[in-house]
This record gives sequence, structure tokens and C-alpha cells, in this order.
Amino acid sequence: MAVTGTTTPPSTRLSARRIRLAYGDRVVVGREGGLDLAVPDGALTVVVGPNGCGKSTVLRSLGRLLRPSAGQVLLDGRAIESMPTRVVAQHLALLPQSPTAPEGLTVRDLVGRGRHPHQRWFSTASAADDDAVGRALAQVGLTDLADRVVDELSGGQRQRAWIALALAQETDLLLLDEPTTFLDLCHQLEVLDLVHSLVHPADDPADDPAGAPPPRPGRTAVVVLHDLNLTARYADHVVAVQDGAVVASGSPAEVFTEELLEQVFSVRARVLEDPVAGGPLIVPLPARHAVVLPACAVPARTPTRTPTRTPDQTDDQTDQTTDRPLTAGATR
Amino acid sequence: MLAPPRGGRAVRAGRVSLRVGGRSVGLVLAALGLLVLVVAVDLSRGSAQLGLGEVFSVLAGGGDRGARFVVTELRLPRTSTAVAVGALLGLSGALLQAFARNPLASPDVLGVDRGAAAGAVVVILAATAAPSLAGPLAAVGVPLAAGLGAMGTAVLIYVLAWRHGVHGTRLVLVGIGIAAALQGLISWMLIGARLEWAAQAVRFLSGSLSGRGWEQVAQAGVALAVLLPLAVVLGHRLDALVLGDDTARALGVPLQRSQLAVLVVSVAAAAAAVVASGPVGFVALLVPQVALRLAGRAARGRPPVLASAALGAVLVVLADCVGRTSLGLDVLFTLPNEVPVGVVTSIVGAPYLMWLLVRRARERTV
Repeated sequence: MAVTGTTTPPSTRLSARRIRLAYGDRVVVGREGGLDLAVPDGALTVVVGPNGCGKSTVLRSLGRLLRPSAGQVLLDGRAIESMPTRVVAQHLALLPQSPTAPEGLTVRDLVGRGRHPHQRWFSTASAADDDAVGRALAQVGLTDLADRVVDELSGGQRQRAWIALALAQETDLLLLDEPTTFLDLCHQLEVLDLVHSLVHPADDPADDPAGAPPPRPGRTAVVVLHDLNLTARYADHVVAVQDGAVVASGSPAEVFTEELLEQVFSVRARVLEDPVAGGPLIVPLPARHAVVLPACAVPARTPTRTPTRTPDQTDDQTDQTTDRPLTAGATR
Repeated sequence: MLAPPRGGRAVRAGRVSLRVGGRSVGLVLAALGLLVLVVAVDLSRGSAQLGLGEVFSVLAGGGDRGARFVVTELRLPRTSTAVAVGALLGLSGALLQAFARNPLASPDVLGVDRGAAAGAVVVILAATAAPSLAGPLAAVGVPLAAGLGAMGTAVLIYVLAWRHGVHGTRLVLVGIGIAAALQGLISWMLIGARLEWAAQAVRFLSGSLSGRGWEQVAQAGVALAVLLPLAVVLGHRLDALVLGDDTARALGVPLQRSQLAVLVVSVAAAAAAVVASGPVGFVALLVPQVALRLAGRAARGRPPVLASAALGAVLVVLADCVGRTSLGLDVLFTLPNEVPVGVVTSIVGAPYLMWLLVRRARERTV
């Protein structure tokens, strides 16, 4: 599943250079010296980290939804914030965390709105738009449900519809913020298979029914995920974020070591070889779980804290959904 | 291979391509047809009863002199004002509800109407206090003050409700608070005013179309002619905005600039309506939701602008006709000679507002 067997470093169209991200006065990412991150082209990059570590924040800034207070995000070598937002949207699609569609919107209408960056108010239904929407629907397998109302769909179908909206944008870069949240395992696999097939289209001959989209080069995807084993299975490149800093990056096998799991996730685990896919398989150790881990290490909100875990934090003091209030405006 | 797109036919010519949905076009046409009918009924009724045929022949340029005088001189200015006011209110509500993603967001609930009214009342009181200035004040001062009052209120709501984006519920709650405060301000001004000036202002505040002439028609008509095309153009951005702030920005919509544009057009429409008729409540709240329900899927997730404008005009003309003629019910003639249009729309709209509040309270406990 690894893409880069060569010795040259992979090329990158999207990267963050020493960025610091803050909500108001609270610095969330890049407290010390800023955060560097290069998204390898044509690969599936997964950002992992404990709740509140800033991984969604990083993704938002890569998608220019959050402006860094220091440093910059580069798209094709240009500072992303200096580019017109419409032009960015023609190169980069971003699916925010748990988006909501207005009542009564059909799947086709929702996906059609992905064409927005390519449209003007007087041209909202060109043949190119219809083709792109048709392709996006076919890629996520929702062609038959295109005229259903989004609220009537199952969770997995709804998430696929939103991914189709991002696909209809026809961008090479795709950023997905926790696309598997609230989905059962089957739907999680479905979504990740889809993302994998977008990045590595050649690997999926089954995805090519007769007359389907012409073969196109794989896209570049950055996905925020919580499930480490799914990450190990699907990712080409893993970026582990802790307390607003990148603590490890590389292939799943390089990143998912027993030491790192304990350091970043406060999980004592054994890392085995996945008997199916061959990558790392993480098996948490249950025995002393309750004793060793009174609380999951959620970073404290004080910016003075050093990037190590605080073992004596209790659940009452922590906010398990630190990521969420920041995006609350979009969840309604 | 690809399923043929349903839900509208694409009309393409050169760089122009628009999806024309049968149902949304049908709804606008039906609303316009209904509007013509309601306007004709309104023009026919009053102290001199005319037949619908007479009204249509006058509108077509014929009819006898008596009928011509009654229709074009006495009734048409008022009815035309009602059409423009209703269309402005429908348009304003459709934009604001889509903007806030909340059916409670309308210029009357949020206090934008009241801001405009407060501005207008200041000038009305000044004009009655200084009769020599009454002419210019009424012609320029009232519209200007109403516009400023509406804009000031909208800006205040936006600033107070802004926190990492516009949140529909917060916007509505802040707006309700501001509306109450403005109502208090208006009452205080009226208490301080001399009786006859206050009476003048109260007549304005009840939302009446009584005695409206061609100048009101011109004012409201110009506002409508400017704002309606803008609202239609902004519709494309609204289609992205209703998906949420983050999604809209990810789709390349300049968020704050677009929100500001939507807000300005909506507030300007509400202010223009207030200038023409005083605050007519519940039209901007009720009509966009009715249009949304009637359009169904063709509405594509937000109240349709054109259908809301047309149905708003229907409602205001109808309400004014009912208030003006008391529907021929003798009981109602014991009231003062006519019921202001704002009172009629409130009687229709208040139960709807209660229903909406109860329904939403049941849906989620926010």
C-alpha cells in the first residue's frame, strides 16, 4: 500500500510552514516554533491524535478555514491566504466535521453545490456541472438515490453524499475532517474504501463499471481519523499530533510503535503484524488499564503546559470534545 | 450511463446556464396569477362596488369615467403600495431565513422592523413638532431615518450574535431582545410626545396603507426593482451558505462579504416596506415558510425568493382588502372605519408564530 519506494522525498502541493493556530488568545497548535507538515502528493495521509490535540484545527488551516497567527500554509508554492478563496476551492476540497444539510434537499442538489467554485450566478447548470455531479454520484455509489432527500438517507449514505459534494468540486486535493464519526464499522470501512479508491484508482478494478469515469490520476487526501487500526490499514502516510505539535510522521509501521502509543495516546498496547494486510495491528493491553489510565490524556488548556501527558487529570476536568465547540457554528 | 438529472431542465445559451424547475416556475406563475386576481378583487371593493369585469377593462385602458376614477385615482395607488410592500417583506424574510438557517429569523421578529419604525417615529414627532419642516421631513427624513434605524438594528444584532460565525438560534434570541428594547424606546417616545403627534405616530406604527399615494408606490417600487434582482443574484451564494459556514467557505464563498450582502439587501427591503406602510408584522415570517412548503423539493433547501415575494404581495393585498372593507361584516363596522393591514396580518400570523415555537421546542430543547 506504500506509494513511495523511491529515495527522493515525495513532492508536495500542500504544506504548512511553521504555523501557529489560535482561537482568540488560546494557542492550539504550534506553541513552540510552529508546526511543519507536508502533505505527500498522491497519497492518503491520515492525521491522528488524542481528543483536543489540534488535528482538526490543523486540517482547517490546511483548508484555509482558519488563518494561522504565524507561519503560512502553501498551496502550489503560494501562500494560500493570498489566493482568492474561489481559486483555492478549484484545487482543494474540504469536508468539515459533521455537516448538516437543510431540510428537503435532494442528494443531487447537495452534490451539485460542490460545483459552486466553477459556477457564476448566471451559469449554474452547465453540461460540465451535470457530468461532474453524475461522476461524483457514481463514485460514491449514490446514483440510484440521487433524487432522494438527504434527511431520508442512512448515516453512511449521508456521509457519502457529502463526500460526493467534495468530489464534484473536481479537485486534486481532498481534506476530510473525521468522515467516519458516528458511523458503524461497516460504514466506516465503506467510506475509507471510497477514499482509498480515490487516491489509488488503479487498485480498484471493481470500481470501474462499463462506461465509468475515464481513468484519472489519483488524488491526494488528508483525513482526520480516530480509529488507529483503520488508520494503519488505509493510510499511506500517518501524522501523529500531540498537543498541537507533530510528534511522528511516516508510514503506519514507522509511526505506530508501542512507545509512541503510550506517549501520545496514553495507551499501553502491543503492536502485532496485521495477519490480513500486513501492516501494524494495535492491540490495547487491558490488564492494568483502570490502574494505569485514570484518565485519557487530554491536553490542559493552559498554554504553559509542556507537551507531555498529565497523568493526574481527571475526567471531570477535561473536555472530551475540545475539538467541537470551535466548529459549532457549522453543526446547525 | 448517467441517470438523466431530474428536478429541473437546464436552459443553456452561451455561457449562461440555469436550471429551471417546473415546480418552482409553476409556483411563481400560480402566485402571480393569484396576485392578479386578488388585486382585481381589492380594486373592485369599497364604497363604490365594481364588477371584476369593469376593473379589468379599466386596467386594460377602457371602462367608463366613473369606474376609471375610482380604480386609478382612489384605489390603485393603495393597492400598488400593498403589492410592493408585500413583495419587499416576502423577499426580506426569504433572505433572512436562509441567512440564519432559521424559520424564526424575519425582520419583524428580529426587531429590524422596529428599528426602522423607531427611526421613522423620531422624524414623525419632529415633523409634527415643527410643521414648517413637515414636507421635506416626510419626503426624505422618514425613509432615511427608517433605513438608518433598520441598518443600525441589523448591525447591532449581527455584532452581538457573532461568535465564530452566525448561529441561527443566537441571532433570533438576540434579535428578540433588541426588538423588545426598541419597543420600549418607541413607547417612551410616544409617552413624551403631545397627543396629536403621538396619534400620528401610532397610526404609522400600526402598519396602515390608508391614504397611500403614487409617491409611496414610486418609493417602494424603486426599492423592489433594485432589491429583487439583487436577491435573485445572491441566491447562488445562499445555496452554498445554507450548507453551513465552513462548507460555504470550503466551496469558495467569501463568507463575511456574502453574509453582509444578504443582510443589507434583506434589511433594505424591510426598511423600504416600513417606510411605505409602517411595520406590517408576520408577513416576512409567514410567507417564506409557506413558499418553502409549497415548493417542496424544488425549493432546494431555502425559501424561494421570487415565490416569497409574489405570495407576500398576495397576503398584504388580501389583508388590506379585508381590513379596508371589513369583509362586509357589520359587526366589524362598530370598530373604527377600517382595520389597519398590520393588525390583520398579526391576527393571521400570531397563531402561526405560536405553532412554530411549539413545534421547534418539541424538536429540540434549545
